[in-house]
Amino acid sequence: MAKITYIEHDGTEHVVDVKTGLTVMEGAVKNNIPGIDADCGGACACATCHVYVDEAWKDKTGESSAMEESMLDFAENVEANSRLSCQIKVTDELEGLVVRMPESQH
Amino acid sequence: MSDLGAHVVILGAGHAGGTAAALLRQYGHSGPITLIGDEPLAPYQRPPLSKAWLKGEADADSLALKPLEFYAEHQIDFRPNTRAVKLARADKVVTLADGQTLTYDVLILATGARAIKLPVPGAELAGLLELRTAADAEALKAAVGPGKRLAVVGGGYIGLEVAASGRALGAEVVVIEREQRLLARVACESLSDFFQGVHQAHGVAFEMGASVTGFVGENGHVTGVTLADGRTIACDAAVIGVGATPNDELAADSGLDTARGVVVDLEARTSDPSIFAIGDVAHRPMPIYERMFRMESVPNALEQAKQAASAITGRPAPAGEVPWQWSDQYDLKLQIAGYAFDADEVLLRGDPASGKFAVFHLKGDQIQSVEAINSPPEFMMGKQLIGNRKPVSKAKLVDLSVSMKEVVA
Repeated sequence: MAKITYIEHDGTEHVVDVKTGLTVMEGAVKNNIPGIDADCGGACACATCHVYVDEAWKDKTGESSAMEESMLDFAENVEANSRLSCQIKVTDELEGLVVRMPESQH
Repeated sequence: MSDLGAHVVILGAGHAGGTAAALLRQYGHSGPITLIGDEPLAPYQRPPLSKAWLKGEADADSLALKPLEFYAEHQIDFRPNTRAVKLARADKVVTLADGQTLTYDVLILATGARAIKLPVPGAELAGLLELRTAADAEALKAAVGPGKRLAVVGGGYIGLEVAASGRALGAEVVVIEREQRLLARVACESLSDFFQGVHQAHGVAFEMGASVTGFVGENGHVTGVTLADGRTIACDAAVIGVGATPNDELAADSGLDTARGVVVDLEARTSDPSIFAIGDVAHRPMPIYERMFRMESVPNALEQAKQAASAITGRPAPAGEVPWQWSDQYDLKLQIAGYAFDADEVLLRGDPASGKFAVFHLKGDQIQSVEAINSPPEFMMGKQLIGNRKPVSKAKLVDLSVSMKEVVA
């Protein structure tokens, strides 16, 4: 279990406990948090679960795969700390993780 | 005028219906929401049924769109195992199979589509399966395994995904396809050939141009598929994946406009202003192609759920999206954007032999659709170009040394 803070583009914060083994995307979707669409349900096929990971968490959230990099390269509003949240597995290490959402996923 | 206190009844608890219920709450709808589903499960994702779920890599919890307690927590009255049998629009009353009636202010039809059955002798035998629901997938999972012989009738995406999963589980798989090539309705020839080659390399056998005339069995269980040329293909189970037909009878019987699907506008509203239709059952406008059609895809279900929930809660209509879908088979990720309507040219970018390529369908110098195999840049950029209608340079599009970011003419 890890406490994760999701911050919508307008600044609205949602703090939820997410089970270990789920992805950061699933944590948002299962808690009905707006701003992460995840159209493909986690197949790394759509880039609609795009988030910004706070700098302090970059190492703990792991490296992105070539497929993820490639999808992100063509998504909107991409920054150096952009990730696809369906590709970040929740571990106890991620207790306190903060992710921010882009203005739009489409 | 929106009424945030209205009673919204949603018929169908699939991806579209479940998403509409959740979005209504997200958008501030405070009135009662009743969600009617004819399956025992709360809304879940169907795409993994033919892929990760079939291979045992996903469980019921991970399939669920939301945890079960979500519905009670958000005052969504989810009623499983029942379905609507009658719609009386004048009184705004829906009658359920168990005789109960519901009075709605707003109705959302999200009744989906059902698998087409082959009208041939033997179609009632046990061991003949289809794949629409988790229960179907459960039956299929039990029927495949090492040494089992699985016949797949229909070489479309569902059939091919089942074939790939069947091989992963150790079954012998034969795909029986009526046309001379796979994916004949939905993909171009180079893609058909590519997929057939990949499946053959993984040990799948094919019967192409083969019409199924019936099924034979012993003790009520299927033992073979008979073909028009007289041969019988022996099997322990057969999956029929020959397309789906919309569950639009309730709408048609109540006098709503239908056209192989319930006719809706860009708000997902039907010819009755109090009734919306979303997902596989809807026949919807698609402005970038200047026509109306019905789609069977998750992105379409989600887009229309957004349209309906926005209209019901008085939000501005969401921006139009480019239709897309995906398929996973073996280590291949196929991503498709758009439809090849009115295309007059097909261009290949990359070499199919490399396992990484994209097929672009163009109308003049505009991209109508792209089929991308293990090629996210081609998919992502192609999807954007389909949406913004920017003309592309064909010379650059087929030149792998030119980045997809540079292909605009």
